[in-house]
Amino acid sequence: MIYHYIKTSLKVLARRKLFTAVSLFGVGFTLIVLVVVTAMIDHLLFPTGPERNHARTLIVESMVMRSPDRGSSRSGQMGYRFLSRHVKTLPSAHRVSIFSETDSALSFVPTGKISSEMMHTDAEYWQIFEFDFIEGEAFSQQDMSAGNMVAVINQTTRRNFFGDNPALGQEINIDGQSFRVKGIVRDVPLIEYHAYSDVWVPITTYKSTTYREAMMGDFRAAILAEKSDDLATIKAEFQAMLPLIDFPDPKQYNYMNGGADTRIELLARDMFNEYDQAESSAAKLISIAIGLMVLFMSLPAINLININVSRIMERSTEIGIRKAFGASSRHLVVQFLSENMILTALGGLLGYVGAAIVLRMIESSDLIAYADFHLNFRIFIVGLGLIFIFGLLSGVYPAWKMSRLSPVQALRGGQA
Amino acid sequence: MIQLQGIIKKYRTDRIETLALEDIDLHVKRGEFLSVMGPSGCGKSTLLNILGLLDIPDGGTMTINEKEVLAQTANQHARFRNQHIGFIFQSFHLVPDLTVVDNVEIPLLYRKVANKERRQRALHALEQVGLTPRTNHYPTQLSGGQQQRVAIARAIVGEPDIILADEPTGNLDSQMGDEIMDILTTLNKQKATSIVMVTHDQLKADQTNRIVRMFDGRVVD
Ligand SMILES: Nc1ncnc2c1ncn2[C@@H]1O[C@H](COP(=O)(O)OP(=O)(O)OP(=O)(O)O)[C@@H](O)[C@H]1O
Ligand SMILES: [Mg+2]
Repeated sequence: MIYHYIKTSLKVLARRKLFTAVSLFGVGFTLIVLVVVTAMIDHLLFPTGPERNHARTLIVESMVMRSPDRGSSRSGQMGYRFLSRHVKTLPSAHRVSIFSETDSALSFVPTGKISSEMMHTDAEYWQIFEFDFIEGEAFSQQDMSAGNMVAVINQTTRRNFFGDNPALGQEINIDGQSFRVKGIVRDVPLIEYHAYSDVWVPITTYKSTTYREAMMGDFRAAILAEKSDDLATIKAEFQAMLPLIDFPDPKQYNYMNGGADTRIELLARDMFNEYDQAESSAAKLISIAIGLMVLFMSLPAINLININVSRIMERSTEIGIRKAFGASSRHLVVQFLSENMILTALGGLLGYVGAAIVLRMIESSDLIAYADFHLNFRIFIVGLGLIFIFGLLSGVYPAWKMSRLSPVQALRGGQA
Repeated sequence: MIQLQGIIKKYRTDRIETLALEDIDLHVKRGEFLSVMGPSGCGKSTLLNILGLLDIPDGGTMTINEKEVLAQTANQHARFRNQHIGFIFQSFHLVPDLTVVDNVEIPLLYRKVANKERRQRALHALEQVGLTPRTNHYPTQLSGGQQQRVAIARAIVGEPDIILADEPTGNLDSQMGDEIMDILTTLNKQKATSIVMVTHDQLKADQTNRIVRMFDGRVVD
């Protein structure tokens, strides 16, 4: 019987080409939207590249610093002094890295000009962010203390400077400084913005050492906990540290505020400009995102329900005929549902392929630098499940209603 | 076989109430070929629908093989229609999305019949109505007479005890109509299938065992 239903459904769908096309488009499009949007969110919140330890990492990205009368203030990234004295020393932190904002730096080579993003960082950086080394290795604590002029570069930079020639151990000249290439890493997508750069060099290679005394500056910190359970403790320690900050000139500035954030909290902090507070409204951000998602998904879902209802209403004569020849309500409901299921499954296949194509297109379009999306199978299955549920609800209700009509009523076209 | 007593059927539309059947007594005997005649709107189709358990009357009693049926559930009625009744409608009522043979298979779908046997029986029924070359066509690709023959094949495929035919020749030219009559007469004679046929055609009614005349919701004479 099931075999028969499948066969008949396929025949009916093949006969009703326009309707089938519209439905397949409906299901497919809904899934494409869902999968692409979630792939991007997934990519944003659950990185799989160097930031793959995000679940036990806190980031200190910005702080607010105020004068004693609170009248004058600075906000933004922090200075090395603050981070090295007060963040690096948080007792429960497993590792702490201090790293700069990336800066565009110019290089002149025989073939022309190369512009690269450049970051200054420390040795711990490479233990918090797990880069994919293609050749060589990261710079070490010894490189730092010795003030070695070494650099880690990404694949793109390697190609820009050296083409197909060997790069490891070679010198590159950036911003008037010369660095020996110590390691080459795979390109990092922009969305992993704490690991994103083209060239990484030790903080100790700065041309001047004035950075060391600044409370506010161009630095950020990443704190790795041993396990994610420790994050709350570290956050508490961070807050407890704030009133004890050792200011170089307390008459000018004597107050700093901010917090150590997880990925989503950081996003919320930026989104809502919540810089002068310990915690950002991550919960609010999540509810807004879910709300938008539901709104966005409900349009194609309503469309799908609409198509289903009119399809079943339109086939009232067929229902009447089948009833006259002995179909029970259950037979009819099963028939229409199996049609729905098959349509959904086909649409799902279409959506899967479509989503893969769209994601590949976004990746290759340079819209997001070095993006590497993963078609999230879990989300795809959830989406397909949701559509099945929509399909069921939208199919069951009219099918059930129609199946309850007396055969004569159904034959007449559904009016009571 | 089917016994109607004091059957009443009303239709309510907005505030107007139509009494479509008024106190109908009728006995359809086993193996009988009965025709129902009467002017348009006198209640012939309504009567046939009630005989076929497609519609429920508002009053009266109805027994099939001495069993009271009006108190039974919709599912019991569906099962009874499936096992014992074949319908032929004036406007054919074929499913446009299904091929001829798939249309004919419909009554067997709701019985426990293996796929292969179902197909064989459908093809056999189509052979009986002379439509073997058209089995994989769709209804819209057939003439009216051919479509009505498909409908007859569908009505007989389950070997019902009774066939209810509402103006089966009404939409056909006289030659086609004669062919359909031949098929029905043969079925009645060879398989002893009871047939109740609504018709406006006196010549066709004359070929049946008995004529019931209706006027304004009542059986006359
Ligand atoms: N669904 C309905 N709603 C309201 N009135 C109806 C309905 N169906 C039938 N009627 C009325 O019931 C009466 C009997 O209708 P019925 O269809 O049984 O007539 P008939 O004898 O089959 O006519 P015809 O020869 O034109 O087919 C008519 O007056 C008709 O208008
Ligand atoms: Mg009629």
